[in-house]
Amino acid sequence: MKTVLGFLDRQLRNRPEKPMLKDERETLTFAETHARAEAIGSALLKRGADREPILVFMKRSAAMIAAFFGVWKANCFYVPVDAEMGETRIRSILERVKPRFAIRDESADALLSACGFTGEALDASALLSEPADTKLLEAAARKTLDSDPAYLVFTSGSTGAPKGVVGVHRAVLDYAEQITNALRADETDVFGMQAPLYVDACLKEILSALKCGSSVVLVPKKLFMTPVPLVEFLNAHRITALCWVVPALTLISALHTFDAVKPQYLKTVAFGSEVMPPKQLRIWQANVPARFLNLYGPTECTGMSCFYEVDRTFADDERVPIGHAFDNTEIFLIDENGARASEGEICIRGTAVCHGYYRDPERTKNAFVPNPLNPDYPETVYRTGDLGRINERGELEFIGRKDDQIKHMGHRIELGELEAAARTVDGVTAACAVFDRAHSVLGLVYAGTADRAGILNGLRAKVPEYLLPKRTLCVDALPLTENGKTDRKAATTLLFR
Amino acid sequence: MEQLLDILRELHPETDFETETRLVDGGILASFDIVMLITRIEEEFDVVIPAKDIVPEHFNSAEALYRLITRIAEQDD
Repeated sequence: MKTVLGFLDRQLRNRPEKPMLKDERETLTFAETHARAEAIGSALLKRGADREPILVFMKRSAAMIAAFFGVWKANCFYVPVDAEMGETRIRSILERVKPRFAIRDESADALLSACGFTGEALDASALLSEPADTKLLEAAARKTLDSDPAYLVFTSGSTGAPKGVVGVHRAVLDYAEQITNALRADETDVFGMQAPLYVDACLKEILSALKCGSSVVLVPKKLFMTPVPLVEFLNAHRITALCWVVPALTLISALHTFDAVKPQYLKTVAFGSEVMPPKQLRIWQANVPARFLNLYGPTECTGMSCFYEVDRTFADDERVPIGHAFDNTEIFLIDENGARASEGEICIRGTAVCHGYYRDPERTKNAFVPNPLNPDYPETVYRTGDLGRINERGELEFIGRKDDQIKHMGHRIELGELEAAARTVDGVTAACAVFDRAHSVLGLVYAGTADRAGILNGLRAKVPEYLLPKRTLCVDALPLTENGKTDRKAATTLLFR
Repeated sequence: MEQLLDILRELHPETDFETETRLVDGGILASFDIVMLITRIEEEFDVVIPAKDIVPEHFNSAEALYRLITRIAEQDD
């Protein structure tokens, strides 16, 4: 098997009529998903698409996931885009990728051409009525290599320009094995998906469906404001497994939700993306009899790289470990001299390491480096920029970052991206983004004539909602270090003291 | 009411909270904003907002939210 599409063929034989993907609008069985993938794949091939990036600009939906599979059928790789990413991010993705084709729905109307797309836009629903062309599909499948790209997902960049992570088929195939083992996914599982589809986080549920025949229900985003209806939704759909970002889980536990309603069917609760506060984990453990998994991994290494199954309770001043690397992945720590250490920068090697950043040799070179522990032959490892330590039980713990990257509202953010966007707002002459880790509050200290409303209105059109600062402070001049650089520490103190 | 408007304006100064009636349905309050908002309200007003009351009808306008807080505060007394 060269790609995870092989699993879709298997499910087509084993359980064609079982629901695979469900959203607010429709439910797609495995057979329907397969048929859509073949229709979309054929349509792309007929238009001459060949091992190239295909923009998929759609509302988060079952149809969008089927479109991903269609792109794979055409021996191409998908570039997922959602209107909520904001105009600036979308524009810079289009500038870097310059895709010839986009699969779109009505949610792309206002933004696709406004952001500079000049290729051919194909309407997602119209493509479904095009007939599948078996000959073209078979030829494309023969040409596919497992070392070819599967997707291009973009993550925050410190200069403002996002980085396009090139995910690879064989790494996705390996991830399918590792993540479903960790989750113990099977055909009785119903996943309640929280993740947006423009990040690799959504692979956990998609791969469980493909490999194990699980069903996936996309939980509507608006429910993540109302904890009781959210849990009622989980119960109504008999959801058995969650892979959610930490803020989505703490929305439930921190707002006394379990006093009113408890999830009835959950067997597996996996979380990741940022540090789980022990207090919130204890509330979950006390109220829900499920397996709890702490997952860790950078997008650059295809989804998650390691996990810890919670086997004890944690006091407020303890860290929930990130555990041990998946099978077929090695995680090691290096000190400042590049030597192996028990505390240091987290490095990852194995099939999971992706092909670097798209059309971005400089930033690729800095993060995808020759293995410092292997002088004997060329081997690329990924330096995460995360700091870790091995605790006395031999478990890996995440300690923090080497640089200005933060995790906020479940998203990975470079403070530099917010600053770059803020500087383009009228009436802003200088900006420094700051983060209060203790309370998870993103802030902006800036100089200029803009008022707070002006800044937020200016930013709103440009950046995703999770990048909007919650606190702002206007100063005459930003504090500087002795070297004349912006002093982020001093700015943080100014805003949050 | 002024106290509540201050909290809301701190979160979203660009919004006219005295007239806006679709804070949740119109997507003005972001996903996960709600935890911060409720934490602030619970601190400022010394109330505990039961989870079952965290629904759009109570959070779509500052006025509805204020009615909720007042009702909970009176029950507590």
